[in-house]
Amino acid sequence: MDYVQFVHEQLNPTKDYPAFKSGDNIIVSYKIIEGDKERIQKFRGDVIQISGEGGTKTFTVRKVSNGVGVERIFPYASPNITEIEVVKFGKVRRARLFYLRNLSGKKSRIKEKKFIKKTEA
Amino acid sequence: MTSIYDTTGKNVACTIVEAGPNVVSQVKTEDSEGYNALQLAFGERKAKNTPNPMIGHFEKAGTTPKSYVREFRNHPLQKELGETISVTEVLNEGDKVSAVGTSKGKGFQGVVKRHGFSGVGQRTHGQHNRERAPGSIGASSYPSKVVKGMRMAGRMGGDAVKVRNLRVVKIFPEQNIVLIKGAIPGHKGSFVIIEKK
Repeated sequence: MDYVQFVHEQLNPTKDYPAFKSGDNIIVSYKIIEGDKERIQKFRGDVIQISGEGGTKTFTVRKVSNGVGVERIFPYASPNITEIEVVKFGKVRRARLFYLRNLSGKKSRIKEKKFIKKTEA
Repeated sequence: MTSIYDTTGKNVACTIVEAGPNVVSQVKTEDSEGYNALQLAFGERKAKNTPNPMIGHFEKAGTTPKSYVREFRNHPLQKELGETISVTEVLNEGDKVSAVGTSKGKGFQGVVKRHGFSGVGQRTHGQHNRERAPGSIGASSYPSKVVKGMRMAGRMGGDAVKVRNLRVVKIFPEQNIVLIKGAIPGHKGSFVIIEKK
């Protein structure tokens, strides 16, 4: 028996987030707990990396805020993620978009995939 | 190892340990052996790979051949020969435990990795190739020898290591799985002893 898989099946409820890939523009709603108060913060940016698998899978979202690049790594199984919304599907040719870090302005845009093959519902 | 989330949403790095069921393969008593102890056996192994005396020993306890046998002096549980000990009889969630295992073998290592020496100063100023060298290992004509116990390069790892103050995060009693916060000595699949304080 694969114990790691077993533990995650028991402890991490399956998430029904929409499917997204590298290059997609998404909004992650993340629960932030300050003392005894909690609020939801939204983080919008491009997915530049999806890493790991199973219970330790993570994805990295990059955005440019006031001219400063901000990257945030979210664990896929985190109970603090309340919602993920896919805004745009990006057209990219690789899985890890670290080249975006060296680009700014118009160069750093990701072309949008406007016509998407329908997946079977 | 893996990581799970606690009730507050914090990520906790854990080691998964298969703890039992352990079979009592011998009960030692003050009258017969001179001290009280329980001998526990764990892990299946094929009969053809087991020495004949051990097969007889396990048959006496009415169990199949096991691969790992350890004795625990003054065990708190009162058990008879052939009985099993499950996780929940010993451990509860939140308990502080220590883990004893054999650390991963690192092979022949130099003094910087093995003993934490800081190497010989700088890279430049005539050091040539002495960056990770031990430096002086003693004085000259007196005592004319290297003192015993001088820390030098050599085989590293593969030692018995005990890690204390680990916390039991979660127990799956049916699967005999225990999640322990933090790292435990040894490679994947190696045997460890979990001791409760």
